Amino acid sequence: MERIETKKDYQDYVDKITPNSRTAFNILKAFIVGGLICLGGQFIMDFWEARGLAQTDAASATSITLIFIGILLTALNIYSKIGKFAGAGSIVPITGFANSIASPAIEFKSEGLILGVGAKLFQIAGPVLVYGTATSMLVGLIYFLFTASN
Amino acid sequence: MAQKKLGKQTVAFSNPPIISSTYSIVGPKEGEGPLAKYFNLILEDEFWGEKTWEKTEAKIVKECIGGCLGNEKVSNDDIDFLFSGDLLNQCVSSSFGIRERNIPYLGLFGACSTFVEGMALGAMTIDGGMADNIVASTSSHFCSAEKQFRFPLELGNQRPPSSQWTVTGSGTALLKSSGTGPKITHATIGKIIDMGIKDANNMGAAMAPAAVDTLYQHFIDTGRTPDYYDLILTGDLGFIGKQITLELMMSRGFDLKSNYNDCGCLIFDRETQDVHSGGSGCGCVATTFCGYIFNQLQEKTFRKVLLCATGALMSPTTAQQNESILGIAHAVSIEV
Repeated sequence: MERIETKKDYQDYVDKITPNSRTAFNILKAFIVGGLICLGGQFIMDFWEARGLAQTDAASATSITLIFIGILLTALNIYSKIGKFAGAGSIVPITGFANSIASPAIEFKSEGLILGVGAKLFQIAGPVLVYGTATSMLVGLIYFLFTASN
Repeated sequence: MAQKKLGKQTVAFSNPPIISSTYSIVGPKEGEGPLAKYFNLILEDEFWGEKTWEKTEAKIVKECIGGCLGNEKVSNDDIDFLFSGDLLNQCVSSSFGIRERNIPYLGLFGACSTFVEGMALGAMTIDGGMADNIVASTSSHFCSAEKQFRFPLELGNQRPPSSQWTVTGSGTALLKSSGTGPKITHATIGKIIDMGIKDANNMGAAMAPAAVDTLYQHFIDTGRTPDYYDLILTGDLGFIGKQITLELMMSRGFDLKSNYNDCGCLIFDRETQDVHSGGSGCGCVATTFCGYIFNQLQEKTFRKVLLCATGALMSPTTAQQNESILGIAHAVSIEV
């Protein structure tokens, strides 16, 4: 091996010998599982529409159902296993969002309902909400400026 | 004048303390690993009847120390000092684990190097004529460590191949000024080594340079070569850290190929247990030593062992502030 003199030499050496994640395989798994979750969502939507809900109401009912399933699977110690297999495939759909809120609720229950569950509930999802909302406002502002000039 | 100091960082004991007994408790996953038969107690689940991970870890410490003293029929009153530490903030597993013992206690934080730090300090205290019986203990728990350092357990995400699995378990050693058992002959105290690694998912790479520094200094201070030992064992570098240690030691002129291993590589089965780069945590080196290595020393399969525990000195806050992960390693030479 080459002589390691500096921190940069060492970082380069570590990068070289550290195995990478199997990106292509992980993307494929994420695609399949993410796709299956969405397919399930479509079935749920069709179910609610068939039960007589209008499309917008059916969409809301579908979100609610998926969030319920995500939380249920989190509580049953199943969602973490799906997540380990699927990665982003199960993080990105709304079930993943439910998992990111339910899992700290379970973890920090031992510190009480206020400083435990209450304070830590959005530990993972908080940044998504903050920057999701901020980005929406920015996009809304840009949209407003463009439509106002027309 | 420091008569027992040898070279720059090593202490050579003139009356080497004895490791009179050890005790180890591990979690269920460690109990399915290759070293299972050497542990004193394997838990059936991660809670052990407690309501929180922190309480479980404290109970593991409590029962592990109790088991070690029970082995020797020694009571709390016979112990002069107790050295212990763990990974949780303010070392609470140790303090809460021993709160009912009434033993003079010195809490340590050396991250995963704590077990050897405790043994080294204990040996110094005994050899210095300040104590006859010392307990050195440490613990870690996968779930409490995940909660403090990473994410909630039920969060569905993936770990990179370089990540390591925190061992659930505790190891305790009883050191005595006289008696029978393996002797601690030398201790080499490590320096903080910062090679700029910031990836908390690659602790092996962050800590390996510290192990290399301490091992190298041990050989320089004692004038020994690696072949003096039957086994040179690092604490929890895992597979990547082990490879780095081998290669960096080789580049410094010390070939460890024939007698070097790492506890993180021994405690789990890499093929079947899905631990990525191996085991980690204070409990990794403590349980491997108190279970497997101590047994092999008694059986005289190994007669001379250099045990070098490695620690990553960092907190979630320093990591978020983009500081690098500081490494440290302490070594003790143990002979029968």
